[in-house]
Amino acid sequence: MIGALSLLLVFQLIGEVIARAFNWPIPGPVIGMGLLFVTLILRDGPDEELHRTTGHLLQHLSLLFVPAGVGVMLYFQLMADAWLPLAVSLVVSTFITIAVTALVLRVLIRHPAAREK
Amino acid sequence: MPSRLTEIWVYLAASPLFGLTLTLLAYQGAFWLYRRTGSHPLANPVMLAVAMLVSILWITGTPYRSYFDGAQFVHFLLGPATVALAIPLHAQFRRLRAMALPLLVALVAGSLTAALSAVAVGYWLGASKAVLLSLAPKSVTTPIAMGIAERIGGLPSLTAVLVIITGILGAVGARYVYQALRIEDQATRGFALGIASHGIGTARAFQESEQAGAFAALAMGLNGLVTAALLPLVMAWLGRWLY
Repeated sequence: MIGALSLLLVFQLIGEVIARAFNWPIPGPVIGMGLLFVTLILRDGPDEELHRTTGHLLQHLSLLFVPAGVGVMLYFQLMADAWLPLAVSLVVSTFITIAVTALVLRVLIRHPAAREK
Repeated sequence: MPSRLTEIWVYLAASPLFGLTLTLLAYQGAFWLYRRTGSHPLANPVMLAVAMLVSILWITGTPYRSYFDGAQFVHFLLGPATVALAIPLHAQFRRLRAMALPLLVALVAGSLTAALSAVAVGYWLGASKAVLLSLAPKSVTTPIAMGIAERIGGLPSLTAVLVIITGILGAVGARYVYQALRIEDQATRGFALGIASHGIGTARAFQESEQAGAFAALAMGLNGLVTAALLPLVMAWLGRWLY
């Protein structure tokens, strides 16, 4: 548990350092995720402890969104001012994104060149 | 007695213990409700917990800043949790390689569609620059979306809220889009939902099937990476035309 958490924090720290050192637009934890992903491929998967700890952490992923979500109270005015563009934009964009992604994938999977397994 | 109570309240409201305890209790209450409704997408636990907490803070006149003094301990875990997404991503590595090319093209198409369509509609309806920049990363999982919003000059807290709404919209509406387009392949259904609606869409996809869920998780992780890499460049380029 402690070992796995330390590992995650170390990867996050490395990611933050890289993001700042090279002034990259990618958030530090995302770089950490990429580095851990590559490490897992090279080392043939996570060990038992890392697997279990991340399982616990990701199981309650939605809890971690709550404090930031409560921050909406700071933006009530802004949301009220822009409710129409926000509402229409979110609905239209979400459905178009699902449709475009699914259609592109369907066309490409049917294409014989992409069918080697 | 009332003055004594007020004293205790003033102490509690200023202590980090208050924000932290309240966050955990509200989330557990929300999760209980979510289960009771048979995991109905409209009873999303994040949305319910946020609604409860905002009401409590508003009624008691507690500023967000003093709430966040305690809640930041939960918030902090978003970082290591983002790193932890590498594990489910790795679990899909073999399938990922087998379908690499179609997935990659669909990923880039979906990632760009999500940001550009949101910005285009928002711009057309007269949203401000700060709102447009907060809208752009709305299809990406929250920790990444907030990081991107911060980088490109949006408001991370507003983005976090828009991300949650986007997640719920996708989880509720995807089935109707698939019905209309006659999309039946589970991998495709999961992947598209993960691209558009990140973790909340992924949870919904897992209810449909194991395969849909796996591809949604994959899409969510990859979309985080691709959007984080592409969006700052796209928005910098778009910025010259829009404002």
